[in-house]
Amino acid sequence: MAEKPAANPRQPERGKEYVRIQNVTKRFGDFTAVNNVSLTIYQGEIFCLLGGSGCGKTTLLRMLAGFENPTSGQIFIDGEDMEDCPPYDRPVNMMFQSYALFPHMSVEKNVAFGLEQDGLPKAEISQRVGEILELVKMGQFARRQPHQLSGGQRQRVALARSLVKRPKLLLLDEPLGALDRKLREQTQFELLGIQERLGVTFVVVTHDQEEAMTLASRIGVMNRGEIVQVGTPTEIYEYPTTRFVADFIGSVNMFEGRLTEDEPDYVRIESADLGGRIYVDHGISAAPDSTVWAAIRPEKIEISRERPQGSDNTVGGTVKEIAYLGDMSVYLVRLQSGRIVRVSQPNAERRNQARITWDDSVWLSWDPSSPVILTQ
Amino acid sequence: MKSVDRRAKPILTPAKARLAAGRMGPLWLLLFRLAPPSWSDYVIKHWSGRGFVVAVPYLWLLLFFTAPFLIVLKISFSERLIAMPPYEPLFGWVDDIPVVLEWSFSSVMAFLSSIEVYADLDKYEFLLKNTLYIESYVYSIWVAAVSAFWCLMIGYPMAYAMARCTPTWRNVLLLLVMLPSFTSFLLRVYAWMGLLKSNGVINNVLLALGIIDEPLTMMNTDFAVYIGIVYSYLPFMILPLYTNLEKHDPTLLEAAADLGARPVKAFLTVTLPLSMSGIVAGFLLVFIPAVGEYVIPSLLGPTDQLMIGRVLSDEFFNNGDWPVASAVAVVMLVLLVGPIMAFQYFQSRGAEEERK
Repeated sequence: MAEKPAANPRQPERGKEYVRIQNVTKRFGDFTAVNNVSLTIYQGEIFCLLGGSGCGKTTLLRMLAGFENPTSGQIFIDGEDMEDCPPYDRPVNMMFQSYALFPHMSVEKNVAFGLEQDGLPKAEISQRVGEILELVKMGQFARRQPHQLSGGQRQRVALARSLVKRPKLLLLDEPLGALDRKLREQTQFELLGIQERLGVTFVVVTHDQEEAMTLASRIGVMNRGEIVQVGTPTEIYEYPTTRFVADFIGSVNMFEGRLTEDEPDYVRIESADLGGRIYVDHGISAAPDSTVWAAIRPEKIEISRERPQGSDNTVGGTVKEIAYLGDMSVYLVRLQSGRIVRVSQPNAERRNQARITWDDSVWLSWDPSSPVILTQ
Repeated sequence: MKSVDRRAKPILTPAKARLAAGRMGPLWLLLFRLAPPSWSDYVIKHWSGRGFVVAVPYLWLLLFFTAPFLIVLKISFSERLIAMPPYEPLFGWVDDIPVVLEWSFSSVMAFLSSIEVYADLDKYEFLLKNTLYIESYVYSIWVAAVSAFWCLMIGYPMAYAMARCTPTWRNVLLLLVMLPSFTSFLLRVYAWMGLLKSNGVINNVLLALGIIDEPLTMMNTDFAVYIGIVYSYLPFMILPLYTNLEKHDPTLLEAAADLGARPVKAFLTVTLPLSMSGIVAGFLLVFIPAVGEYVIPSLLGPTDQLMIGRVLSDEFFNNGDWPVASAVAVVMLVLLVGPIMAFQYFQSRGAEEERK
């Protein structure tokens, strides 16, 4: 593999190990929701569990909170085995997908609920409730009932309620799922700010890759109850290790091919799918002549009317569809082999007379470092 | 009341109606043209079925509640009479009725002033001065309240368990709760007599097991009345509680646990307050009919202490004193409806204030 990307500036120095999930399996009857998952989460990081619906991410989160017990395996939080530890004794708080605000209590009462369970003095409770409501900018809504709040406001109250006990570990189940796009983006950054200020470890469950990319210092991609890949957002996006991850995160053009030249410093792949050869400027670990897949991201492909130099990493086609998205355009190009390739180009110039249009004959090309060669 | 016009928009606008009429043929068109526009507008505006639909429950209440109540109220103001009907009329005429010769204000007033009204309140005075009635009222309300309380104590766990079951089990249990009602109510009360009497099933079993040496007196006691009422009215407590508890979001309890509340605390702080409307509904559904209960105390209850339903029937059928019986009924209604209306009023006002 090529050199690793520079460290994520947001990622804190790897703190001490805080959560250890060890060979955890959860079965519901015949159905295995979580299959032999082992995972370590460090103090102060934002760890995202990303996967489609039914991949077991929420079950894993609920096992951390204590609402489900693992069928086998162990969970350690802060070095302590959580087996037989009921939810109300765990040093963990959760923000529910539905927010689960108590409908018969005011915002204030909702937030104070957790502190009241600890039997804190009244003065301290009201002071801490006030502080946390200010932090999430809900101070002026303290006396409202939950049904009088908008979705975004409820989400803030739910966040305040789960933070007010100052947990070392906060679990968030699809925290921004119910918000519209603009609000979601804004809240994502606010969430990051709050996390930084309080130094809480976040475990976030989401199916939204954009959310995971923005929030996470590390992402664990889940599929069918298993963790497929764990890494920083950049690693996951640029260096997926399986076809599932490459396909799940972002969009990708996948070409099946045969490894024809396998040298330590380069490889060449003959792809009937592409109708051409793919040259990659680094070695890979795969048997010669084996079937491999080359994954190329749409934004890493150049599109032009003139044929580029060289015969590798170049293929001709016709533009079949163009989607103008404002900041960029997505072209669907049909190759001679019949494959449709997705290419995206930023719309850097405002007025581009030479802009490529429907049914144009075009050439696609990419850098030898762009394709990711996958063997599984 | 809001002054918003909530009338449904007419489905047919005049223009559309004319268009439709035009399609139907020239004759209709002619009729529509000939009719003054205000007529057709009126028909189109007010001939929506909505008015009729809304009127049905009001009509029902008017016919089967308000009208009979007014009759009973009227009887309660009159005097007992050995005749048929056994009470004096409320209105009568003075001896010489002036004949209305011309429609003038003074002649109509003279005519009206010749009507005599014989209403008096001495039946109510009689009720309030007589300890028999007051004791019966207090006893009835006490028995009904205690029964409703025990219905709640027994019904709440049952409703809670049902709401927590899988959907298949829920339906089975729901059916089981309602199943006894398929048998005659009277029959079931008689069955309790068979169970509770001195040589009944319960005493026989206890004697045979050697737990007691002589039969327990259970029949004709308050205990038997409580058993009868709680048993008969339990479904009316369970059903509203079940519909309420079933709607609860289980994640609320998870949230409470997550915030450190043990199960009992979570129940007391989350489930119980959220089910309050179900508790009130169930309590009223048991309490109200239990106050006027006649069959159960007559068959199972003590003979020296009468519930008001029994007093009422005795007045009607044994004494034949319709005015007093009517007064008993009116007072009972006021005693029951008054608190309920006050409760509803305060509850809706509280809800409104919350919304502000």
